[in-house]
Amino acid sequence: MAFESLASRLQGAFDKLRGRGKIDETAVNEAMREVRLALLEADVNFKVVKEFIARVKERAVGQEVLKSLTPGQMVIKIVNEELTALMGGDVAKIAVANRPPTVVMMVGLQGAGKTTSTGKLAKHLQKQNRKPLLVAADIYRPAAIKQLQVLGEQIKAPVFSLGDQVSPVEIARQAIEHAKENHLDYVLIDTAGRLHIDEALMEELRQVREVAKPDEILLVVDAMTGQDAVNVAESFNQQLELTGVVLTKLDGDTRGGAALSVKAVTGKPIKFAAMGEKLDALEPFHPDRMASRILGMGDVLSLIEKAQEAVDTEKAKQMERQMRQGEFTFDMFLDSMQQMRNLGPLEDILGMLPGMNKLKGNMKVDEKQIGRVEAIVKSMTKAERANPDLLNASRRKRIAAGSGTSIQEVNRFIKQFEDMKKMMKQFTGMTDKIKKKQKKGGLKMPGMNFPFNFKPPFK
Amino acid sequence: MSFFSKLREAIVQKSEAVTQKFTDGLTKTRNLLVEKVEDLVRRYKKIDEDFFEELEEILITADVGVGTVMELIDELRGEVRRQKIENALDLQPILSEKLVALLKNEEADATSLQLEDGRLNVILFVGVNGVGKTTTIGKMAHMFKQQGKKVLLAAGDTFRAAAIEQLEVWGERVGVDVIKHQQGADPAAVIYDALQAAKSRGVDILLCDTAGRLQNKVNLMEELNKVYRVVQREVPGAPHEVLLVLDATTGQNALSQAKTFGQSAGVTGIVLTKLDGTAKGGIVIAIRNELKIPVKYVGLGERMDDLQPFDPEQFVHALFAGLIAEEAAETAKQQQE
Ligand SMILES: Nc1nc2c(ncn2[C@@H]2O[C@H](COP(=O)(O)OP(=O)(O)OP(=O)(O)O)[C@@H](O)[C@H]2O)c(=O)[nH]1
Ligand SMILES: Nc1nc2c(ncn2[C@@H]2O[C@H](COP(=O)(O)OP(=O)(O)OP(=O)(O)O)[C@@H](O)[C@H]2O)c(=O)[nH]1
Ligand SMILES: [Mg+2]
Ligand SMILES: [Mg+2]
Repeated sequence: MAFESLASRLQGAFDKLRGRGKIDETAVNEAMREVRLALLEADVNFKVVKEFIARVKERAVGQEVLKSLTPGQMVIKIVNEELTALMGGDVAKIAVANRPPTVVMMVGLQGAGKTTSTGKLAKHLQKQNRKPLLVAADIYRPAAIKQLQVLGEQIKAPVFSLGDQVSPVEIARQAIEHAKENHLDYVLIDTAGRLHIDEALMEELRQVREVAKPDEILLVVDAMTGQDAVNVAESFNQQLELTGVVLTKLDGDTRGGAALSVKAVTGKPIKFAAMGEKLDALEPFHPDRMASRILGMGDVLSLIEKAQEAVDTEKAKQMERQMRQGEFTFDMFLDSMQQMRNLGPLEDILGMLPGMNKLKGNMKVDEKQIGRVEAIVKSMTKAERANPDLLNASRRKRIAAGSGTSIQEVNRFIKQFEDMKKMMKQFTGMTDKIKKKQKKGGLKMPGMNFPFNFKPPFK
Repeated sequence: MSFFSKLREAIVQKSEAVTQKFTDGLTKTRNLLVEKVEDLVRRYKKIDEDFFEELEEILITADVGVGTVMELIDELRGEVRRQKIENALDLQPILSEKLVALLKNEEADATSLQLEDGRLNVILFVGVNGVGKTTTIGKMAHMFKQQGKKVLLAAGDTFRAAAIEQLEVWGERVGVDVIKHQQGADPAAVIYDALQAAKSRGVDILLCDTAGRLQNKVNLMEELNKVYRVVQREVPGAPHEVLLVLDATTGQNALSQAKTFGQSAGVTGIVLTKLDGTAKGGIVIAIRNELKIPVKYVGLGERMDDLQPFDPEQFVHALFAGLIAEEAAETAKQQQE
């Protein structure tokens, strides 16, 4: 099941539509078929997908296409904006009660990550000079209390427990008293995992809420959850009135469509993204990044942010101009290589690109190899760099000797360079693809075509 | 004999009643699939684009993999064309048959565990975080204990807070010993010790817990592979089973899990947990279809007897109970006339 990136899948559909001034219904329908599939593959609930598609269609039909974009790209721009808007909300703002302590209840299905997230949240609060109390209100799961105690120890936060023979309601009541007496300003209640259809246990949560009067009830949701996320979220929300969501296990390779589903059915903001098992792996939720992740467009946004800092715009502009004229020289190759280097470790960059995450392992981007390529180019004369046709056998031999590589390596590289050059000619579309990610009138990233299509020349 | 009569017979011949628990656990799935399919067929007298689109959605909602669904729909379109089917009702048996075919294991005994008397059997449990590995080990230890087997547990999760204690509680509940090291110890070393202990104590079955890990973490998968190799080295022919524990609420990512764990740890079967809640058994269809790894057990709750062997025919029966009952009634009516 190759999750082809939406961007590349749409390319075909959109090529046909190029050059139209307005987005007509056929264009939109065609694009929406692909968008729908992409969302379903990402586990967005089908009902949510349906409503979403309808809204985007309405907005897209008849839209003027921005000058720099093709109609298809315009549609994707709208899709991305709508997705981001839908998932937006109060980010990472945790409630503060007028009179401390602020009480937070963590709820959710079994194994979602409640206990771990409770520990993470405590650490997060400690960094803001808060004094959280962890409350062990899971009296069912084997060693649940011990688990919370171990986490508390790791961050030196107090853990309140009455063992597993006292009801969670009583534990919550006494914990809040304890917090007041000890001037602890946050009470984080870790509850046992339960099914939304388990009436007895859901009733228990209602009773805890009754007593604890929490300022926040956070639903902890596993990012890998499938279609059922809507039922779980809707049900928890109806029975408890959630105030927000924590999305866990985002360090995995799931597309995380559950984020959209949960937000859509509850209307409650996703406040945090949990990205690992360690206690510092809690981050504010970024709707825009989540949108491109769900769409399978990689974390292009982060890349653009990085690129903005690193790319020498003047050079890039010049390069783009040349490329548009079908020109691609070894010098340009070297330049773009250096610019890429400035972006940071290659593997990081590749990881952010659509479809590249999968490849990453296989590709084993080897900085050493890239160094060899650089050496080869640097061993060429100015004339050779500008005009690859000059590179006959004796020149190649000289270059190999000069760069400390073998003639085979030089040959392979030149062959691949020629291939790239051929590809470059078809790349005009790629520049546009990046532009569509740019905010209105925002940064320009010409010349970034090359890194997006970079393939290591050697195996 | 119609397809459903055949199926019914196959189930009756098995002579074991479909366990109530199993049926209950799958009610939701059945409702989802069957009722919606029935509803769909009733509403769409004619087969058109909308019909296929809605059918697609029904299947996707049950978490049947998108790829599998698309394939299935394509096949159905083909059938419709070939057999010139116009009425949606006529398509229903074909659709059901195709779903059943996707669920059935090729070999009848693929669901049973590869265990033998008179030797040390080693079962390794692997999977992503929080799916139910440790709990399943507790349940399975209980099951084997009841069968009179000598069971030992290995606390191979040295990473997660209180993972060792959790397994120990299960050990006490069930009445079996646990071999453990400190938190933070090398998991391969724990497993090594457990293997030696199992050998010297003449244990029948050793159940090895491992830490949850996401399949895209290369170093953690490498660590797991090391555990796997230790087992291979210490006991010829072992591990006899490597069970991938999957959470039934998981969506499409389950396929990626099965694929990657299959590569790093030679998965031989799947335990599908948490089927008591939302019972999207649909993922099983996708896994069977795309990866050919058999589901061997299902988890239906948090208590020690909430584990059932996966029986594809029962599963299918539960899935299509409504349809089968209906057809039976119809046949009876026809015979009366
Ligand atoms: N990779 C990763 N693992 C996580 C994350 N959050 C939690 N986990 C792991 O998921 C597993 C379950 O986490 P818990 O915190 O025990 O989940 P829970 O919801 O408290 O579970 P129950 O109390 O049994 O319902 C553990 O192995 C955690 O280490 C995350 O963001 N990323
Ligand atoms: N409802 C239900 N809950 C289950 C089932 N199996 C396990 N659980 C619950 O799911 C949660 C996680 O189970 P664990 O056995 O700790 O999962 P794990 O895979 O060992 O987790 P890590 O070691 O943290 O990766 C616990 O609260 C279990 O009680 C099941 O079949 N049904
Ligand atoms: Mg917990
Ligand atoms: Mg475990």
